[in-house]
Amino acid sequence: MPKVIDNMQIGPMVWKMRVEVPHLVEKAKAGQFVILRVNEEGERVPMSIAGLDRENGLLTIIYQVVGKTSGLMTTIEDGGEIADCVGPLGVASHVEKWGTTVVVGGGIGIAPVFPIAQAYKEAGNKVISIIGARNEELLFYRDEHKSVADEFYPCTDDGSFGHHGFVSDVLKKLMDDGVKIGMVMAIGPVPMMRVVANLTKEYNVSTWVSLNPLMIDGTGMCGGCRVTIGGETKFACVDGPDFDGHQVDFDLLSARLSAYREQEQAAMKKMLDDPNCRLHESVQNFKYPEPRKA
Amino acid sequence: MAEKLPAKERMKITRQEMSNQDPDERKNNFDEVPFGFTEETALIEAQRCLECPKAPCIKGCPVEVDIPGFIRLVLEKDFAGAARKIKETNALPAVCGRVCPQEEQCEMVCVLSKKFKPVAVGHLERFVADYERENNLTELPEIAPPTGRKVAVVGSGPAGLTVAGDLVKLGHKVTIFEALHKPGGVLVYGIPEFRLPKKIVQAECDFLAQMGVEFKNSTVVGKLDTIDELLEMGYDSVFIGTGAGLPNFMGLEGENLIGIYSANEYLTRSNLMRAFDGDSYDTPIIHGKNVAVLGGGNTAMDAVRTAIRLGAENAYIVYRRSEFEMPARKEEIHHAMEEGVQFHLLTNPIKFIGDENSKVKQMECIKMELGEPDDSGRRRPVPIADSNFILDIDLVVVAIGNSSNPLIPATTPGLECNRWGNIIADEKTMLTSRKGVFAGGDIVTGGATVILAAGAGKVAARAMHAYMMGKSVEETATT
Ligand SMILES: Cc1cc2nc3c(=O)[nH]c(=O)nc-3n(C[C@H](O)[C@H](O)[C@H](O)COP(=O)(O)OP(=O)(O)OC[C@H]3O[C@@H](n4cnc5c(N)ncnc54)[C@H](O)[C@@H]3O)c2cc1C
Ligand code: FES
Repeated sequence: MPKVIDNMQIGPMVWKMRVEVPHLVEKAKAGQFVILRVNEEGERVPMSIAGLDRENGLLTIIYQVVGKTSGLMTTIEDGGEIADCVGPLGVASHVEKWGTTVVVGGGIGIAPVFPIAQAYKEAGNKVISIIGARNEELLFYRDEHKSVADEFYPCTDDGSFGHHGFVSDVLKKLMDDGVKIGMVMAIGPVPMMRVVANLTKEYNVSTWVSLNPLMIDGTGMCGGCRVTIGGETKFACVDGPDFDGHQVDFDLLSARLSAYREQEQAAMKKMLDDPNCRLHESVQNFKYPEPRKA
Repeated sequence: MAEKLPAKERMKITRQEMSNQDPDERKNNFDEVPFGFTEETALIEAQRCLECPKAPCIKGCPVEVDIPGFIRLVLEKDFAGAARKIKETNALPAVCGRVCPQEEQCEMVCVLSKKFKPVAVGHLERFVADYERENNLTELPEIAPPTGRKVAVVGSGPAGLTVAGDLVKLGHKVTIFEALHKPGGVLVYGIPEFRLPKKIVQAECDFLAQMGVEFKNSTVVGKLDTIDELLEMGYDSVFIGTGAGLPNFMGLEGENLIGIYSANEYLTRSNLMRAFDGDSYDTPIIHGKNVAVLGGGNTAMDAVRTAIRLGAENAYIVYRRSEFEMPARKEEIHHAMEEGVQFHLLTNPIKFIGDENSKVKQMECIKMELGEPDDSGRRRPVPIADSNFILDIDLVVVAIGNSSNPLIPATTPGLECNRWGNIIADEKTMLTSRKGVFAGGDIVTGGATVILAAGAGKVAARAMHAYMMGKSVEETATT
């Protein structure tokens, strides 16, 4: 069983976990993902790769508490274990030298877009990093992004840090200012990716988005992860997770993501109502986040 | 031993059947449907075998189990011995006794079936295998001294498990690489508990582990290590038994609405992830009230019977041909009917209609009639004009078959596939176009049966042994 080196809270509902999976880490590339199970009874949950420490064989994942499984994950102690972790899955992000590239990370997507920024940089691109969250507390991974980005634009919805407003505002300004962008890579909540893709489409700038539908096996066996791309059905776990943002049917994606919302809420409630609930205090006061308006 | 009656007397005995859980009761649980033979019924049934010298049943079995031989041991009350006899050629009798289509194989050619009903070979097979396991009589076979050779088996379905068992016995070091977190392939993720209890599959895998097979679960070959990397890492030979696991959809309008599953997804949620036991397990599953399952094979029957057990008020099979053409086992169709499944035969879906939340709520269908025979010799269904109708449903399960998963071929240069993406392997050795790389089961044949996959594993194991011991693979080819 894979060992959890450490598991810490880095924002109000956001945790960072490092798992020792040396072989996986040796093979993984930016843009890929893993699927893990917390325990025998647990679901298989896909997690983007948010960091690879090849020297120590450590995989970093960043997760937000959104339901029972992520709630349970917060209870794993440093040095503990998870039931299993399979990967690397999916196709690695396409990387070439485009010139100027923009990586856009929203919310939890700030994390997985970071290794891609690194890869873009290594390929000789200029990297502009735009990251956004509700408030300063949720704007993690700033130092990481700063360390690779040639230009760095943090944004918060409430103006508590950086630009007061959405990541798309900054991107629009760059394009209006005539910055010639070879490629945009956007990862974040569906509404954010939709806004970014709609915007870059107007300006005719190629854009990748990384999709996170519900999954089970992650090998193409179940079709649960299907997404509609340019009118065609694709399996995100094997054909993606990266797709041309201008072709994605975002409505369908967000609808499919909500398929089990009622069941998930019931499961979370049951767990929180349990007097022996071992969940982290901050999670015990958990409330379902309002859908973020874009 | 029980006295063998004279042939004439034996022919008078009626075929013994297993008793089943009552349909009204079993609709509400996932326990196995048939209860299995008792010692008594097994002994009566064993009397019925005429031990005819030609034994057509042996030829009727894809792996040529010595059927009269094991039945004789039943008669001698050496039930564990009977199980061992089967295992000489079929490593998975408890599984095959349950899921093999005996009515098309051994039992179909039984001499008795000309005038009477055939010997219940499957029921007897299941009985002796269960007897052996439940009474802890499973003996570890003798393991040959280590050969120093290493084998990688990719996929832990019946094909992979069979290869592993045979090669470990011959003294090779065997590692199974399985993508999912549990071994067993379709036996764990596809076939439901009520037809094949998972503890039986687990017992088979535990047994292999005891013999020294190493299981590496949660390991996707082609993503973590490729076949070539396995060879470089020092595996002398590789077996690919990755099954036919890429679900087909129909390409209809609305097919990606919420509430439309592939059979693989629906069954995996219920079986592997145990969503049927929602109190203990976390994976959710949609409990449809009006469920349409598209297709007419075993997979469709498994899905529709799962829907019934998950509380469907109306569970439909929607199949474009007639009952006669349905590929599912007769027994499964019969069980489904008993459980209240409704059959919309000669019916084809044409589109799915969703509500404002993108949840499927209706399915438009069209009636079909049978026209001229097609390539498969079955009469081709053709739509009847203006026969469209709407079916109200809240869950659809698409069970129209699987294609082959391209992951391994795509990451293994020089591995030849046919135009459907199935790996090409020599029938007599299961050798692929790549040296030292063998393949068998559904990845070679396309969706077939457990016993054919296990049989391919047998053939491959023999050839792999020869290859690793420096003999010519062809020499060992079975004829
Ligand atoms: C629902 C259903 C019901 C069925 N009912 C019957 C029945 O009643 N009787 C019958 O005889 N047959 C039945 N079949 C067919 C039968 O199950 C298959 O023919 C048989 O299981 C094929 O065996 P296999 O070993 O080739 O592959 P599988 O059983 O498909 O196993 C393949 C394994 O390989 C793993 N794998 C795939 N890719 C990789 C990779 N890259 N790396 C590592 N592992 C990988 C998969 O996860 C899987 O575990 C049924 C099939 C289904 C789907
Ligand atoms: S997660 Fe099952 S096919 Fe993609």
